[in-house]
Amino acid sequence: MANYYTDNKDLKFHLGHPLMKKIVQLKELDFIEKDSCDYAFLDFEDAMDSYDKILEIVGDICGNIISPNAESVDAEGPTLLNNEVKYARGTQENHEALTRAGLIGMSLPRKYGGLNFPMVPYVMAAEIVSRADAGFANIWGLQDCAETLHEFASEEIKDEFLPRFNKGATAAMDLTEPDAGSDLQAVQLKATYDEQKDSWILNGVKRFITNGDADISLVLARSEDGTSDGRGLSLFVYDKKDKALTVRRIENKLGIKGSPTCELVFKNAPAKLIGNRKFGLIKYVMSLMNSARLGVAAQSVGISEAAYREALKYAEERTQFGKAIINFPGVYEMLRNMEVRIKAQRSLLYETARFVDIYKNLNFLSEERKLEPEERNEQKKYQRLADVFTPLLKLIASEYSNEIAYDSLQVHGGAGFMKDFPIERIYRDARITSIYEGTSQLQVVAAIRGVTSGTYLGYIRETYQKETFSSELEHLKPVLTSMTDEYEECVRIVTEADNNELMDFHARRLVEMAGNIIMCYLLLRDSKRDESYLQSALIFIGKSKAQNIERANYIRNFKLKDLSSFKFSH
Amino acid sequence: MKGLKIIVLAKQVPDTRNVGKDAMKADGTVNRAALPAIFNPEDLNALEQALRIKDKYPGTTITVLTMGPGRAAEIIREAMYRGADDGYLLTDRKFAGSDTLATSYSISLAIRKLSPFDIVIAGRQAIDGDTAQVGPQVAEKLGLPQITYAEDILSVKKGVITVKRRLERGVETVAAPMPVVITVHSSAPECRARHAKYTIKYKHARSLSELQDTSEDYLQLQKDRPYLLIREWGIDDIDADLEQLGLSGSPTKVKKIENVVFTSRESKVLSAADGDIEYLMKELIDNHTIG
Repeated sequence: MANYYTDNKDLKFHLGHPLMKKIVQLKELDFIEKDSCDYAFLDFEDAMDSYDKILEIVGDICGNIISPNAESVDAEGPTLLNNEVKYARGTQENHEALTRAGLIGMSLPRKYGGLNFPMVPYVMAAEIVSRADAGFANIWGLQDCAETLHEFASEEIKDEFLPRFNKGATAAMDLTEPDAGSDLQAVQLKATYDEQKDSWILNGVKRFITNGDADISLVLARSEDGTSDGRGLSLFVYDKKDKALTVRRIENKLGIKGSPTCELVFKNAPAKLIGNRKFGLIKYVMSLMNSARLGVAAQSVGISEAAYREALKYAEERTQFGKAIINFPGVYEMLRNMEVRIKAQRSLLYETARFVDIYKNLNFLSEERKLEPEERNEQKKYQRLADVFTPLLKLIASEYSNEIAYDSLQVHGGAGFMKDFPIERIYRDARITSIYEGTSQLQVVAAIRGVTSGTYLGYIRETYQKETFSSELEHLKPVLTSMTDEYEECVRIVTEADNNELMDFHARRLVEMAGNIIMCYLLLRDSKRDESYLQSALIFIGKSKAQNIERANYIRNFKLKDLSSFKFSH
Repeated sequence: MKGLKIIVLAKQVPDTRNVGKDAMKADGTVNRAALPAIFNPEDLNALEQALRIKDKYPGTTITVLTMGPGRAAEIIREAMYRGADDGYLLTDRKFAGSDTLATSYSISLAIRKLSPFDIVIAGRQAIDGDTAQVGPQVAEKLGLPQITYAEDILSVKKGVITVKRRLERGVETVAAPMPVVITVHSSAPECRARHAKYTIKYKHARSLSELQDTSEDYLQLQKDRPYLLIREWGIDDIDADLEQLGLSGSPTKVKKIENVVFTSRESKVLSAADGDIEYLMKELIDNHTIG
């Protein structure tokens, strides 16, 4: 009986992070529900033990149902029947198993049937599901939409929609349109208020919508006639029961083939307004996208884990020249680097999830009572950190998952190119992660603010660098301090040139330099809690140091006039 | 229809599916320490059938009955995590050494105490003994109809249960009046995973013997939440006749236990040449593997 949670010690390690004490406290508020709800936690230990036990259920279902179904789901895919989406057999089975185990709507409060899970264990569940089947992870992961409703919708809408998640309702977020991809400000789908029906009515087309035929859809639409930018957009919730949406086609994709990507036509579709008019894009979708980015990062880590395990197994079994190929330096270096990058990105994933947990729960708390000045400062601090760590994480995790899938296929040699091994599917599935929910290039645009504002540097200097380590680890700190100095110098060089285009040109380099330093510190901190991480920390620091030197040299030697030789001016 | 009352018979068994070389002790008995204790697989199939009836008829209650040492309370918790309502553990030193006859005697007495009920359901057989006798013997002792080798409960209507049976050469659909005893075959659907909410709710379920040496707070929790109690019954609780229990009630005597080592026969290496393929086809047809 495979279990994708218990077979991966890393997960329990990250679940046990000291900051969980604070997170659980904020989430459970003195465990007020323990006497009124028979599945509320009794105390901190009980909460932690419950997260562990529930992740074990997730690991069980993933190892024994979702993963074995992944191949047939990939081959069969969803079909379009009378303008409705029909999932592949395995997809239905996966969804039923998770619903029957009460694992949909996990993060919702108990009054809506949820488990009141914080982000950390919820993101962990997403990672585990993604390892089993990255395509299916989208269908399961869209329960994120429940979180958006919970955060911004009226009590009436919440009471109507939220309890349905735990009973297995599926969700979709309908943002993209043929002419509004990365630039969502260009959304055209029209929302008009019908006075007679006392309801908003949607008309128009959406494209590339994951799980587009879901039970509950969040739809970004233009509610303000005559506007053309983001401020004219509002967010709506549409109920499939109203049967006013047709699926025109399902895209034929490279990867994540089990997840239906739909073209939708809304025709006089009744919908309810979420929150306030005009806040659709600038507030609600931004928040939705942030949690979706965390979701894609979790998906990326899950894909990396799957790819790495396939490569490791193959390299141990495959013999050439009289020995298992894992014994050749060209192969074992690849494998070890995969393992180390997984540990680094996973550490970054859960660090970010903790930041999100703290500020979001303080947000909820602020609706209940006035926050203390100290709490308000924390709310601001962690929100700022979450804002710059989320795009950094999404960039790094998705790029790593592609690299790791690439290397894993390489370890398989010719066999990996055939459909006979899972890596062929995993490789295709990885490809989307650096594209959707904002391409890597757009993550850089968001993350560069963390560079220019000094947020990364501040956190590195003020928090990571100030941490004390055992003598064994302490000697690594000067290496990281000099990497930080080097990064600071590069930021200064680019900033002093006072040229926006040059900043954009070097942005990815700078963001990745910061990311490397942060992950180095995170692995060092992990080694402090568990010395088995030291080997990974050493390898990662060695690699990162060399990479950052290369980037720094490029920046130092680059002249503003060099930029013109890159341009395609017509 | 109102809910039914279902009793699921379950057994904690050593996991004999992954037997290593230290599975048996030198004296020929099972080395329980080397084998993890698990929920007997076909009993899980039986539990799933019960849960499906409960899904369909929400007022249904599922009680798990097991016999074994104190640690067998674990499988009652396992069943609760999946949707069972409560559980009883038959545990007493005087049960030790029971064969199938003595076991079915004790279990049938316990079932009588749990009357009235509609369905008693169990796995066909346990993977440690593989006798498949306890279910049928329980039915006989209770004087109830029995349906063995069940694969699917098709309907439960007006006191009649209709069941599909998996037999060696096909399937058979039979009906029986309730109350009834059913034993379930491994071809029945696998048991569902644990439910998140039930797992949180019942993870503190304990038997009285498990509660010894626990803190005051924990005892208070048990008091506040009576559903957490896993009841233990000894021989006095089921009014058993000592003569029919344990070794004295067990006509089965183990004469000898042998370690059997399977030795594979020498393998043949055949090439892809026509002659070799023809030879292989002939051999497969001759020994009726094909054709």
